[in-house]
Amino acid sequence: MAHAFTPGLKVSRKAVIYKERRLPLKGEVVCKVGDRVKAGDIVAKTQIPGDVETLNIAGRLGVSPEDVKEFLKFNIGDKIKKEETIAMTNGIFGYFKTIIKSPITGTIENISEITGQMILRYPPKPIQVDAYVDGEVSEIIENEGVIIRTQGTFVQGIFGIGGEVRGEMKIAAKSNDAIITVDDITPDCSGKILVAGSFINENILKEAVTVGVKGIVVGGIDDRDLKSFLGYDIGVAITGSEKKGITVVVTEGFGKMNMAERTYNTLKEKEGQIASINGATQIRAGVLRPEVIIPDFNLKNEELKSVDSSSGIQIGNIVRIIRAPYFGLIGKVTNLPPELLKIETEANVRVLEVELKSGEKVILPRANIELIEG
Amino acid sequence: MSNYEDIKAIIATDCGSTTTKAILIEKKGEWYRLIVRGEAPTTVEAPFEDVTRGVLNAITEVEELSDKKILEGEKFVKPYKDKNNGVDIFISTSSAGGGLQMMVAGVVKSMTTESAARAALGAGAIVMDSIASNDGRHMHEKIERIRTLRPDMILLSGGIDGGTISHVAELAEVISAADPKPRFGSTFKLPIIFAGNNQARDIVKENLSNKTDLFIVDNLRPILERENLKPARDKIHDLFMEHVMAQAPGYKKLMGWTDVPIMPTPGAVGLLIEKIAHKEDIEVLGVDIGGATTDIFSVFQGLFNRTVSANLGMSYSISNVMASSGINNIMRWMSFKMDEKDVRNRIKNKMIRPTTIPQTIEDLQLEQAIAREALRLALEQHKDMAVSLKGVQQERTISDTFSQSQSGSTLVNMKTLSMIVGSGGALSHAPRRVQAALMLIDAFLPEGVTMLTVDSIFMMPQLGVLSKVHEKAAADVFDKDCLIRLGTCIAPIGNAKKMGMPCVSISYNDIKRDIRFGEMALLPLKEREKAEVIINPAKGFDVGEGSGKEVVKIIEGGVVGLVIDARGRRPFILPEDDKLRIDKLAEWNTELNVYPKI
Repeated sequence: MAHAFTPGLKVSRKAVIYKERRLPLKGEVVCKVGDRVKAGDIVAKTQIPGDVETLNIAGRLGVSPEDVKEFLKFNIGDKIKKEETIAMTNGIFGYFKTIIKSPITGTIENISEITGQMILRYPPKPIQVDAYVDGEVSEIIENEGVIIRTQGTFVQGIFGIGGEVRGEMKIAAKSNDAIITVDDITPDCSGKILVAGSFINENILKEAVTVGVKGIVVGGIDDRDLKSFLGYDIGVAITGSEKKGITVVVTEGFGKMNMAERTYNTLKEKEGQIASINGATQIRAGVLRPEVIIPDFNLKNEELKSVDSSSGIQIGNIVRIIRAPYFGLIGKVTNLPPELLKIETEANVRVLEVELKSGEKVILPRANIELIEG
Repeated sequence: MSNYEDIKAIIATDCGSTTTKAILIEKKGEWYRLIVRGEAPTTVEAPFEDVTRGVLNAITEVEELSDKKILEGEKFVKPYKDKNNGVDIFISTSSAGGGLQMMVAGVVKSMTTESAARAALGAGAIVMDSIASNDGRHMHEKIERIRTLRPDMILLSGGIDGGTISHVAELAEVISAADPKPRFGSTFKLPIIFAGNNQARDIVKENLSNKTDLFIVDNLRPILERENLKPARDKIHDLFMEHVMAQAPGYKKLMGWTDVPIMPTPGAVGLLIEKIAHKEDIEVLGVDIGGATTDIFSVFQGLFNRTVSANLGMSYSISNVMASSGINNIMRWMSFKMDEKDVRNRIKNKMIRPTTIPQTIEDLQLEQAIAREALRLALEQHKDMAVSLKGVQQERTISDTFSQSQSGSTLVNMKTLSMIVGSGGALSHAPRRVQAALMLIDAFLPEGVTMLTVDSIFMMPQLGVLSKVHEKAAADVFDKDCLIRLGTCIAPIGNAKKMGMPCVSISYNDIKRDIRFGEMALLPLKEREKAEVIINPAKGFDVGEGSGKEVVKIIEGGVVGLVIDARGRRPFILPEDDKLRIDKLAEWNTELNVYPKI
């Protein structure tokens, strides 16, 4: 297949990274092209409409919907405070009045003469979008947001939970295949992003939340621990909105998985620096992978590489095996036979030959590897 | 090419959520035949985020395999010049980008709302939620729900013509207050189709025309006893092409390349299933198990129904199959012990790397166990939705109307079902055809006598859209290259007190075999070979004519043969004891030669 490609996860020390920072609704962009921004700076803001409350005015007053307007003390569009009288009947000789008070402070949005329902809306909620990473505004998306250009270390994970956080990098595992314990989560980990080697379990996650760790980057995690930590089973891989007090970026997959050496070493070099990480993952319909970004403005332009480039598999490429029986191993592509080959399952598939670190050469379906891209 | 009658070569693609498949069809003598098939990963993901890259990759593979020039860069070589150059048309179907996600709303849950759901499903949509005036939720809960779900469009129905206005108005007020935003693109307004009471149109306009992109079509339930789903369905399809597809990465470009409009994959497959049922005058159940969703199509009593089980699939949604069925239901199909932790991790790893394929028998068995559960759950959902109204101008009596929500379960009848058509990677690409047969049997539990078939290499979507352009080309390829007859399954209904008791005797040609309760048997009967089979069920078992009654039938064979399933029905129960269950599964696998021995 001439155009064969296997998208790999990016691991780069010298990446140029563009991050889109977009409002959920149209609003105001508060910076301009060329502005230098810090990760926490607000780049765009808007207000989203408040939630609504409904009031069955006709029912509560005991009048027909078309007569409701006669008893109202406010009009559509009026602002109203909680407990203010919205509607009142005349009663009998001024007595036995039915009074309806506003359940909220907000605005009267609609009164229906057909249903007799009033819709009240809470005040708008302000929404702000920050820059997320230190960088420069490279483009303005009119009324919607900006694109920030930054440069430095960029590591993509395969799966994550939790949203955007920032913190100082701390290497908690001695090596890429080490497993940290609860004792490694010391008070000085508070506010930091830990690099945790090959595996973490639920106890480590809980301890990390207690101590105030901002995020953990790790090779693997058991699904059972994740389910127990979240309190539910992830059905479809759309994550990022979990509110568990921590962001997790898994670099390899589920189970105990040694973090790719290159990933570990790249992160290790950055110990003590400030990283922006995001666990948000969406595998279907516009993929989104979790990421670690550590800006470095000392890099010269000629050293930088765009992270968007991607080429096909070639002999000599370093690849990660992403399916049993060699799952998690890293190797070098040594042959790309063009013909289909029958594998153990008896399926005829396109294969490649990979030399493992041990020197063993194995034949794998091409679908079961991914490039480690830089 | 304006005259499609004379076409000699066709290139057709189907952009699935995981894989893009391309087929090349050419006229050989008087027949149209499949020449080659190519595939490539669907390129919705980074770094491409452009569906056309996957299309080009898949067609490039076709070019390499057929030694034919089809592309000149990104341009098609047209028309057909000779066997090494050019095609006449390019057509495509698509389900990438998550398909079409809709919400529907109606006044009465079991009436207009259900009709609206059927219209949306029939158009190829996933129904995210159905809102009804009487669904028990408070108004603010409905508003919150619409806001959270962000559908691609909303179908609003409600009220027969001249009926309730106030309830329709309330639904319009709910949608207006939610001020819904579309899933893709923040620059355009959410399309809303109103297909309800014609007297309520003004009030709906008043509420929704400013905030949304409102379209009004004929009422989908003009009177209680009649549905008229076609106008709503057609509008959904138009809007899907114009609004939703156009927002997905690369689709504008793809739409510019195709000679006829791109069809949603489920719509194209449904069209073919309907054609089989009508041509052969039989009851058919079709299934397309994809990476993200599983579609079920059925024709019972001449009525076509389609459901889509969003989030039941073999790659993106694989973890949701586990969440929905429970891990024990998956593990019950494994003929060896496997650690639950390991099973969980394997399933999640497939979810995050959806294009990987099983390399070991262990992994293959696990995926096929998950497929059984996805298929089983999808059929359960289909039974709930498949009701007796066909889309256009179908009459039903008042008494039927009131029992509508219950009528679904009565339509799907496994005993009268003649044929199951399996499609989708898990079934079409099973390394041994018997694996596909057994997955269909285990998941759907056919009763009596049922023909099992699969789409050979998963090309029903392309043939569905082709049938709209060139009926003969689609029919030729379907018959000769697409539909593979696996064989017939004979499954007596009933249960014996214990394993090993007599269940059924089968005799045909020189073969006579007694099969006992709890056993499976595979008997020889080749593809396109027919035999008069005498089926004698034991007392308490029924193969169609009643308990213990003999059935004599002309039965067709297939690439697998004649499968006798004497494991019991109504209910079908796997042994609860782990060891016994594993032993039985291993016994059935050996009898049917399901997996290679390692």
